[in-house]
Formats: sequence, structure tokens, C-alpha cells
Amino acid sequence: MLMNRVFVLPDRGKMFFRQFPKELEKLGLQSLPIVVIISLFIGAIMTIQTKLNTENPLLPTYSTGLVTRDTLLLEFSSTIMCLILAGKVGSNIASEIGTMRITEQIDALEIMGVNSANYLILPKITAFVVMMPFLVIFSMALGLIGGYLVAFFTNVITTADYLTGIQYAFIPYYVFYSVVKSLVFAFVISSVASFYGYFSYGGALDVGKASTNSVVNASVLILFFNLLITNLMLS
Amino acid sequence: MIEVKNIDKSFDDNHVLKNISAVFETGKTNMIIGQSGSGKTVLMKSIIGLHRIDKGRIEYDGRNLPDMRMSEVRVLRREVGMLFQGSALFDSMSVLENVMFPLEMFSSDSKEEMLERAHICLKRVNLEEKSFELTPGEISGGMQKRVAIARAIALKPTYLFCDEPNSGLDPKTSLIIDQLIHEITEEFEITTIINSHDMNSVMEIGDNILFIENGEKAWQGNKEDIFHVDNKELNDFVFASDLFKKVKKVHQKKL
Repeated sequence: MLMNRVFVLPDRGKMFFRQFPKELEKLGLQSLPIVVIISLFIGAIMTIQTKLNTENPLLPTYSTGLVTRDTLLLEFSSTIMCLILAGKVGSNIASEIGTMRITEQIDALEIMGVNSANYLILPKITAFVVMMPFLVIFSMALGLIGGYLVAFFTNVITTADYLTGIQYAFIPYYVFYSVVKSLVFAFVISSVASFYGYFSYGGALDVGKASTNSVVNASVLILFFNLLITNLMLS
Repeated sequence: MIEVKNIDKSFDDNHVLKNISAVFETGKTNMIIGQSGSGKTVLMKSIIGLHRIDKGRIEYDGRNLPDMRMSEVRVLRREVGMLFQGSALFDSMSVLENVMFPLEMFSSDSKEEMLERAHICLKRVNLEEKSFELTPGEISGGMQKRVAIARAIALKPTYLFCDEPNSGLDPKTSLIIDQLIHEITEEFEITTIINSHDMNSVMEIGDNILFIENGEKAWQGNKEDIFHVDNKELNDFVFASDLFKKVKKVHQKKL
């Protein structure tokens, strides 16, 4: 029902295109710092742990880079990053819309004759879906850089072995698979958070509950869709 | 003019509004009064269409709201302005942007014309230009109410609804807000409905007063009639304080 009201032509196109870049900035660009930090560190840690678990003379020395790359491409940069963003972006959306609900700002929009669901939610969903693939690809690159920094600054693995590993048997389809997943996850995060925010009621405590519920439910749905899409695209 | 005819509204087993009929006249400040929990907020929200009534008619100059489709309701709402209890200004926008919002959403005027209209509305509610760029969080409660009034009248509404316009305001500011609403109602020939339990407001600007008791219409009249009415519940409610008891005595002595 809510999505029926969200996905209609905006009352005023120019108002949508005014909101859209603001949401791109708020939901996408403002998520960059956390994406940068987590991706760099996870890439670095993954390289160290992979090396530790592949200490076997039978395995080629470049296997650490290869495993790190495929883990980043297949799972970390799409799924794990989206789970983290479900917390950051999901709670942001749910609390913003929830606060508007309890302070009667949504009622004010409705009284004016504005389709409040469309005006508030559509720019958020579209902006986040547009930004997410870029965030995921950015995360992949930074994860790989994190691994390279480990190779460069420590003696865990040589930079030559690492670079060989991350280029060996590269399958571009993995990137496509991750981008597809990220688009679905972005929709799940933004729509679930919008739903909980839009239908919150009561006071500040209830907005907090709506925010928590949105993060928990979006996370569960991400895991479910991860299994579904992986089964469809990789099995 | 807004006319409600035999409206009923229940929430599950709780029968909140019982067969209420009333006329809210154009160019007058129509007030809905009653104790907390009497059903006046539900009545106002039902008239606006935020609650769907179980039975009856709500006619906006002959147009029956419950018969309308959602798209028609939205068109009707463009003729409606509303002042919320907590002002309900958009936090992320400045004072000027708040007033510009309905114009940008529905007006086909040029940007300059919209800006001019927003300035007229803000000046009409006695706001100084230096506050136009401030956000709602940076202005006082009284100023927020004025901005909310300016936003409500930006599209030149035919109907104005005010939910507890004086709540949280000091007596002097309350009086200013009351007078402003009254002036605007007369000046623009608006049908104004005010939901209040502030007796000062009732005595100051109550052209047409509807008293609700336990979800039923208990009395309807004007601020002069209220001194002579023989209705125990109404008298208990209106003349609850010593001050108003004294006012009543003085008024009756005069007569």
C-alpha cells in the first residue's frame, strides 16, 4: 500500500529533482567515510588472515591475493558493507521520517494536499539505489588497497605476490553479481526504513524503536535476498 | 461554509463522536471547545479527512468529503490551511522556505511572484525580514506559530483549521495569535475552525462556539450567549476558574 503511494509521478517534478541531489549527498556521499575506513581495514585484515590460513607449500604464493579479492568482490563489499549501511542509512531514514511523523510534519504535508509518501520516500529510495553500486565498487577498490598496504608495509606477503593474486583468474561477472545484489539491498534498506519511519507513532522512544526495527528487519531481509540472489546467479 | 451532518466515529468499541451536526460559518472564527477526551480533536481531524467517519456528511460548500476519491480530497486540501498544535514547521527548511513550500508545490506563479507572496504573508503575521533565513529551531514558539499561520495562508485558503493555537504560549503571545487568526479570518473571508480549551481565546474571538461533551454536541452559540446559557456541563467547563466566575457575575450585573 505504501509503495503504491511512493511509486507514482511526483506532484511537482522540480521538487523531486530538488530533493534528489540532497538525498544523494546525505545518504551516499556522507556514507563515504565509513565505507573508506571499514573497507581499508577489512581488506588489510583479510589479507593477513588469508595468509595465515593458506600457509601451505602446496598452495601458490599468490593465493592470498586471489582469495582476498574474491572474498571482497563476492561478499564483503556488497553484503557486509550493506549490512553496515543498513545501520547507518536505515536508522537515519527511519528516524528522520519518524520524527516528521510524530511532530505532525507529515500531517501538514497531507493537509496541504501533498502525497507525503511520494515526496519524502521516493527521493530517498532512488538516491540510495543510484549511489549504492558506486559505494560497493569503491569499497572493492579500497579493500584491495588495504590488502596492498599490508603487503607494502609488512612482510606478511610480498607486493608482487599480492598483485599477481588479485589479477589472477579475474572474473568480471563477480563484480556484476555484487552490483546486482547491492541494488536489491539498497532498495531493501531504504524502503524498510521508510516504512518503519512513516508508520511510527507516539514519541521519541517510539521513533527509536522504529529505527531499531528497521535496522533489524532490513538486515534479516538482506541475508535472505543474499541467499536468493546467490542461488540464482552463482549456483 | 462547512456543514457537518449527523457524523459518527468509533475506534473499535470506543464510540467517540455521536451524531454531531453543526454549521461553521464563513468569515467567522468557529470554535470547538470541550474537556480533554471529549472528542474535539477527533471531530476536527474527521472534518479535515484525517479520520474516516463511520456515518454522516461533511460538506465543504456543498461538496461532501466522505464521497470524494483520494485525488479529489487532495485537490480540496489545497483550499485548506492548517495551524498545528506544535506548528509542524519543516525543520530542514528556513522560515521563508517553509512559507514558499506550498507555493512551490502548487502555484504556477514565477519564482519572483512566489517570493513576493511569501514576503507578504510573513509580513502580515508581523515577522521581521531578519528572521526569514532562520530555521524553526532558531525562533521562539510564538514566532513558530506566526510562521505556521503565514504558511497556512500562503495559498489563500478558503478554510483554515487551528488545533490548539495557543498551546505552550504565554498569555500575551496567545492574545496576539488569537487576534491575528481573527483578523485574517475576516480579512480573507475564510471559514476558520479552532480547536481550543483556552477560555481567554473563546471569550476573545469565539464568533461561533460548539461545545462537545462525551462525543456529543452539548451546545452551540456565540461568546455573548455563553453568559446566559443554562447548561451545567458548559458552565462547569467555561467558568471553572474564579476569574471567569467573576467575569460572569460582572457581565450579568451589567445586564
